[in-house]
Parts: sequence; C-alpha cells; structure tokens
Amino acid sequence: MSKTMEPDLQSPLGGTQNEAAGQEWRHPSDNWLRGFILDNRAALGTLAVFIVMMAVFMIANPTVFTTWYLYSSVLTTLPVALFVVVPLVFVVTCGEIDLSFPATMGFASWVFALVVQAGYDPFLGIAAAIATGTLLGFLVGSLVVYGGLSSLIATLGMNFLLRGLIQIINEGKSTALTSLADSWAYKIFSSQLYGIPVQIFWAIAFVVLSALLYNRHRFGAQVRVVGDNPDSAQQMGIDVKRVRVKVFVFVGIGAAIAGTFSVMINFTWWPTAGDGYLLPVLASVFVGGTPTWGGIGTVVGGAIGAVTVSFIQTGVVAAGLSGFYVQFFNGLIIILSLLGHKWNQARYR
Amino acid sequence: MAERIIELRDISKSYGQVYALGGVNLSVDRGEVVGLIGDNGAGKSTLIKILSGVVKPTSGEILVRGKPVTGWSPARSREAGIETVFQDRALAVQQTIVRNIFMGRELTGWLGWLKVNKEIQEASRLMREIGFTSKVFTPHSIVGQLSGGERQGVAIARAIYKKAELIVLDEPTTALSLTETAKVFHFVRQVRASGRSILFIGHNIHHVFDIADRFVVLDRGKVALTAGRSEVKSAEDLINFMEDVAHPGGLPGLHEANDAGRAAR
Repeated sequence: MSKTMEPDLQSPLGGTQNEAAGQEWRHPSDNWLRGFILDNRAALGTLAVFIVMMAVFMIANPTVFTTWYLYSSVLTTLPVALFVVVPLVFVVTCGEIDLSFPATMGFASWVFALVVQAGYDPFLGIAAAIATGTLLGFLVGSLVVYGGLSSLIATLGMNFLLRGLIQIINEGKSTALTSLADSWAYKIFSSQLYGIPVQIFWAIAFVVLSALLYNRHRFGAQVRVVGDNPDSAQQMGIDVKRVRVKVFVFVGIGAAIAGTFSVMINFTWWPTAGDGYLLPVLASVFVGGTPTWGGIGTVVGGAIGAVTVSFIQTGVVAAGLSGFYVQFFNGLIIILSLLGHKWNQARYR
Repeated sequence: MAERIIELRDISKSYGQVYALGGVNLSVDRGEVVGLIGDNGAGKSTLIKILSGVVKPTSGEILVRGKPVTGWSPARSREAGIETVFQDRALAVQQTIVRNIFMGRELTGWLGWLKVNKEIQEASRLMREIGFTSKVFTPHSIVGQLSGGERQGVAIARAIYKKAELIVLDEPTTALSLTETAKVFHFVRQVRASGRSILFIGHNIHHVFDIADRFVVLDRGKVALTAGRSEVKSAEDLINFMEDVAHPGGLPGLHEANDAGRAAR
C-alpha cells in the first residue's frame, strides 16, 4: 500500500467536528411522543394486536362482550399467568428459557397448602411458598448455569422431576383449604373490590415494578447485556453466571406467587396445579414481542400478550364458536404476532 | 522518571504444548503511548488478555504501580485503572450507547436503581471528550445502528470513563475503511491529549508509528525489539526490522519456503 493511500490521520474530521462541538445531545426527535413510540414499539404492536382481536370479537357477538361477567372471569385467572409471564421475559432476554415453572408453581403452592392445612396463618404459608420458589429457582438456575446444561432440556427435565415428586408423595390426592375463606390473606389477595377481582391489582403492581426493574434497575440492565453479548459482559466485569442464576430465581419467586394465587382462587390445591400454564405463558412472552434471541424484550408487552392469550379462549367460546376453534385461534394469533414483530423490530448484530 | 503504571515481568503462557508467550517483559509509564507491533500469531492478543485479566498467565508476575498483584481478573484490572478496548469491541449491539458505556458499572442510587439522567449526562460528556459528536446519534441510539468506526468510538468512550489511566487498544482499526480508521485515530488523539497512557496494538506499522512514543515488537511469543521514538527514523525502519526478525538473512523466496514446508511434512 502506498503512503498516499493512508488516511489523513492528523485532521480526520475536518470542519464537521467544529460544527458539532458544543452541541447538546438530543433524542432523535425532540417530540416526546415519537421517542415514546420508538422506545416501546414492540409493546405497542402487541397492544394493537389485542385491540384488533377484541374488536373482531365484539363485532361477532356484541351482547356477550358488553357483559361484565366475561371480563370478571378473565381478571380472576389472568393474574396467575402474569406472575410467571413477567419473570419469563427476563429469562428469555437473558438468552435462556425456563420450562420448569409449572412444577415450581405446583411445588410452592403445595408448601402453602401444607402450612395452611396445619393450622398456621396463610401469610406464613405465603412466605413459605415464596421461600420454596426461591430455593427451587436457585436449584434449577444452578443446575443450568454451573452444570453447563442447555436450559431448554434441563428445565424440561426439572419440570417432570418435580411434578413426579409431587405426584409420588401425594398419590394424586388434592387438598381442600376451606378455612382460607375467613382469613385476612384471602381478603387482601383474593376477594373482590367493587366487583373487580382484587388479585388483578396485585398483578398490575407486580408488572409495573418488574417493568421498572427491567428498564431502570441494574438487574434489568445486566440481564439485557448478558443476553445480548455474554462475552462482552464478562470482559466488562459482570458476573454472567450469577446474573443467569438470578433470572431463574426470579421465575421461582413469580411461580410461587402464581401458584399461591391459583390455590386461593379455588380453595383447593391439586397435585396438577400449574400444569395448564406452560404453553399459554410461553406463548404470551413471544406474542408480547420479546424475541427468542435474547438481549431485548418487553415486560409490558409480555403482560399485554398474557391478556391477549387469556381472552382468546374466553372470546372464541363467547363469540359463539365451538370450543374446537380455541386452539386454531391460539395458533393464528401467535403466528400473526410473530410476523408482526418481525416486521416491527430490526435485529442488530 | 515517570511513574510506572503497569509492568509485566517474564510472562509465559502455554496452551497445552503450544507456547503463545515465552517470557515477555512489558511496561507502560504514565502519559506514555506504547505501540505493540507483531505479526499474526506473535502473541499480541494473548498478552493483552493477560494484561486485562481475561486470561491467566502460566507463569510470570504482574506489577501495578510497582506492587505485585495476586488474583488478577478483569474486575481487578479495571480497579487498577486499566481499560481495554478488545479487538471484537465487546459491545452489546442491541443496547443503547449509554448502556454500553456503563456496562458492568451502572450508575446506581438507592437499592440499585439506575441514575438514568446522570448516566446520559456522563455519556454525553465522554463522547464529547473524544470528539464523538453527531447530529444523528445520541446516547439513546442503538449501537447496532452505528458504523464500525463509530462503534469503536463507543468502546473508547467507555474505556476513558472515570479513573482509567491506561487505555489498551487491541487493533482498533482492523476491518475498518480508511475514513472510519481516520475517525478512530481522531478519538485516540483526544485520549492522548487528556494525558492518559495508551498501549496501542496493531499490525499496520504506519498507524502505530504515527501515534506511539515507544515501540515494542513481539515475535513468536518473545520481545524482539524495544525502541524509543528517537531511535526509529521511519515506519520503513520498523518494517525492515520486522522482516529481519521474521526471516533472518533475508526474505526467502516463495519456492524455497514451499520446499521447506513440504520437507517438514
């Protein structure tokens, strides 16, 4: 290479540098609305899907979709899903997956049921359930991270293992907890306020807190960086393994709360508690706009995804179609959402 | 004599039977720009990884400001004021410039909540300090939208944050176009003007010659030459020296090399 081909290293930027010097940074547009849309495009896309879907349902059967009962029943079961969807957004952002949460839900709520059945206060039961969930999350996380296992397979194995353990010990028998109805814990966590199931308020608080944790806390920042470029995070001094274990612990805590709520709704603990949530919860995360490759995600989008998924089942039946259509519409919404998000979000490498 | 920021003494590193480094000595003084030159496979990157704590040396000693260190790690290296811009830039490309600059040392307040405004102010200040300003990009921009040279700018801005006294640049201009290279050199000059020490690694000798006060030539895991700026007249001098080191007694012809290769097999 001749010397003349070398770049002019002495004054590379020339005049442009002086022009730009001293100027303050601005957001791409000074318009806060445009900035807001750019920052939240995945969540807004999910919201659009939800609104379109609800509009279709309402046109199909206006009478049913204007009755409060329909919404009340969704609002009773939706919170249970929200408590696991949100931590799963963290896990998927971190580049992992956790399929063991249904068993953790069952296990933690079993501990809750045992404590309540033994005559202790339900608050103590909740504390014991959360402790159990934390421990199981730590166990699953350590197995994946320190054992160097694929999270997809290892957590699937843990799901079978824990569920099997529950079934072996209980021999398929459920536990009725009729004493719950008179307890303070029930009034605070599972009663109704002006006809609205009170657990939805707790779930909304959880979603808001988690969204802040994701966007405005060191934990969320590190989860995103680890999912984006683990080598880089390691070089910058982040304890990558510890961050990964933490997201599994977070799922454990969320699953414990979810399991406890599901028991409080029914006054009964079943050995299968949590099993039905596996696929709808996973679908919610991806319908919500969190991509599979890690590094980015949206907690609020995941929550809206959970709302969408829980309305499909109720909506299809209420719209006058037979229950056979539920799976078809579930699939349709998932595929359409994925296509929409692919178009809506660029992937940078 | 200026204070010695870091000294590597008799550093060796072997991967199984293969020696990457065999007893290398390297030191950087305060305010000094050291150019580390060497061919591919000379051990430059390994040496840098040892310096930054990513790789543990097989034997040898690391001294920070004259004191030997134990338990050397990436975190310890950063605490000692050494910031490394790795060859692959180590950026999280789906994150904003702010998140990349504060990767691993987020500015947090109460209970670990981020000080978002403070981070943006600091990021702006750092980017202005190295002359990395644009009307198009802001601290909120996603790194994946930036060009190669601009990404290098983010990596350098991250490196100069806070008490960093020695910036290690591992081949910062590899795979960049000429104008992008010029941008990177502009950033490097700004860092130099701020009085920080720089360890600049490169295999383009013209680039290194242009910026360094002292040259260290590495060849097959050993230091082949250490020379001050005054001892080297031109980049061509260095190139000739390196050719001598690589092929003692003149450059062998292509045919001879091929024959030797065949014989070895």
